[in-house]
Amino acid sequence: MTGPGLLNRQRRRRIIASMFAFSCAAAATLCVVVLFLLVGKIFSEGAAWLNWDFLWNLPSRHPEKAGIKTALAGSLWLTGLTAVISLPVGIGAAVYLEEYAAVSRWKKLFQINIANLAGVPSIVYGILGLAVFVQLFTLGSSLISGALTLSLVILPIIILATQEALRGVPDSIRHASYALGATRWQTVRHQVLPAAMPGIMTGVILALSRAIGEAAPLVAVGAMAYVPFVPSGPTDQFSALPIQIFNWAARPKAEFHQIAGAAIIVLLFVLICMNVTAVAVRHFYGKRVRW
Amino acid sequence: MVMDRRSLLPNSSKKQTVTTYTMTTTEPIAMDDPTTADDAISRVPTVPVNPPIAQSENSASAEGLPSANVKLVTRNLRFFYGSVQALSDISMSIPVNRVTALIGPSGCGKSTFLRCLNRMNDMIEKTRVEGDVLLDGNDVYKPGTDVVELRKRVGMVFQKSNPFPKSIFENVAYGPRLTGINGRAELQEIVEKSLKRAALLDEVKDRLNDSALRLSGGQQQRLCIARALATSPEVLLMDEPASALDPASTTRIEDLIFELRERYTIVIVTHNMQQAARVSDQTGFFYEGQLIEVGPTRQLFTTPTEKQTEDYITGRFG
Ligand SMILES: Nc1ncnc2c1ncn2[C@@H]1O[C@H](COP(=O)(O)OP(=O)(O)OP(=O)(O)O)[C@@H](O)[C@H]1O
Ligand SMILES: [Mg+2]
Repeated sequence: MTGPGLLNRQRRRRIIASMFAFSCAAAATLCVVVLFLLVGKIFSEGAAWLNWDFLWNLPSRHPEKAGIKTALAGSLWLTGLTAVISLPVGIGAAVYLEEYAAVSRWKKLFQINIANLAGVPSIVYGILGLAVFVQLFTLGSSLISGALTLSLVILPIIILATQEALRGVPDSIRHASYALGATRWQTVRHQVLPAAMPGIMTGVILALSRAIGEAAPLVAVGAMAYVPFVPSGPTDQFSALPIQIFNWAARPKAEFHQIAGAAIIVLLFVLICMNVTAVAVRHFYGKRVRW
Repeated sequence: MVMDRRSLLPNSSKKQTVTTYTMTTTEPIAMDDPTTADDAISRVPTVPVNPPIAQSENSASAEGLPSANVKLVTRNLRFFYGSVQALSDISMSIPVNRVTALIGPSGCGKSTFLRCLNRMNDMIEKTRVEGDVLLDGNDVYKPGTDVVELRKRVGMVFQKSNPFPKSIFENVAYGPRLTGINGRAELQEIVEKSLKRAALLDEVKDRLNDSALRLSGGQQQRLCIARALATSPEVLLMDEPASALDPASTTRIEDLIFELRERYTIVIVTHNMQQAARVSDQTGFFYEGQLIEVGPTRQLFTTPTEKQTEDYITGRFG
């Protein structure tokens, strides 16, 4: 009696196993298909509008004359300023937490907070930025307000990524350095940071690519959809690619949806460039540093 | 921190210095002639401090003063990892320009003891140290001690080799760079000299700019020795420096130790009895966190006073 029963059970198990594999494959395929559909639709609509003029024109009420010059410039300004603000602060905080702070209840509390902050919706930071940077510090709806707000959004990510990278540096490296008579600063500066740099850079680039795609916090601090000039300094008013895209996509005219698609293509291109850089950094250094 | 070489040991160490003397006068095993002055004096165990051996051999640095023959002294040294005591009441003297070997079964506290001497244990959280460690008569655990300066004077080679993920050159040059040496030519000279002394130069001289991580395990170990030598420490702590080496390299390291002994004070941990017997002047036997016995190497290996020592060196345990 065991013969057919066993066979049945084996067959059942095989069927379940293959069904599971099939569902996983289906889910993966679905993701890719949806992604391709989206990208395909965006390209089919927007690609035709993509040309040199589109990159160099000012925004306009007429879709055929509209361009993303100011939005692109605003996004580049924002990314640069955000990097300048969040890199030293984020990496500094992580170095302090990992290399200097003694294990204590405060450190644990701090750590939990950072992990939670990384999960806070970005619009919340936008409201905070509006209250603190725009109004309290009277910076207005300027690039610097936007960059400070975006820095708040990505600081937890940078801190966590940097901490992760620092923890990846084995203690034996630190000990070797200390045993040669290095101070803590020398050890951090000459051994730990260089060894952790690939991880830190990867985290930083990914965090910045998150910042480039954010729209909500910028809307909150008062970024504008129509800015007829390229910002010339951090206190200027600004627009940004996601804001411009959002604005065009919200208009009723079909042509605007199409140029929104063109702007998305530009944004995607920038993001892909940044991600490729992150992968390249990891790959390039990964070959050199292996414990 | 200014360590005064000429300062006397504090009075409280009297008992210690007496034991010190009998150990310090160990003649190298190789020169076993009872008629030498050194040996004759070693037969007079009641002389409290400052045996002439120290004066005759190190008159330049010793200046004939009593503390000169002892480089490091530990007094009732206790060490705790959390609540676990790893060392209990270790009192030991480490003579200058001599090789002191530490032997004992795995986990008995040899590495812990070694790390106490240059305060590398400070790095480990939740540890506690009691008792004194005197370097040239100055307590290295005294508040206000410059630990960085201490570690420049007391260098260390770790049990597990730990080269930096940089080039061979940069590994060795790191210590000198820390002290402000930056000239390329000067660094090159130091690097080559150090690599040569660590018996590594011939194998790597054509690829000094290659990553140190691409060296073999034994080469990495010698690189770590070279790196420690490059800072010219006064004391060199070596934790099983030959554990990953083939017999030929081991011999070279032993030769190196023998050579270095003229200028440095060396403490070496080893599991290899023959090695301890070959290279050291004084040997200490650790067991379960205690220093069971310490004495001239030849004496400890031929006529140990403690049963445990005898059992260990004859291979009955450990
Ligand atoms: N970082 C640490 N935290 C807690 N306990 C430790 C730590 N390092 C060592 N110990 C414990 O202290 C004791 C002594 O360890 P130590 O490394 O000094 O031994 P050892 O004599 O060097 O051994 P081996 O010959 O195997 O290297 C062991 O019981 C070990 O488990
Ligand atoms: Mg050990």
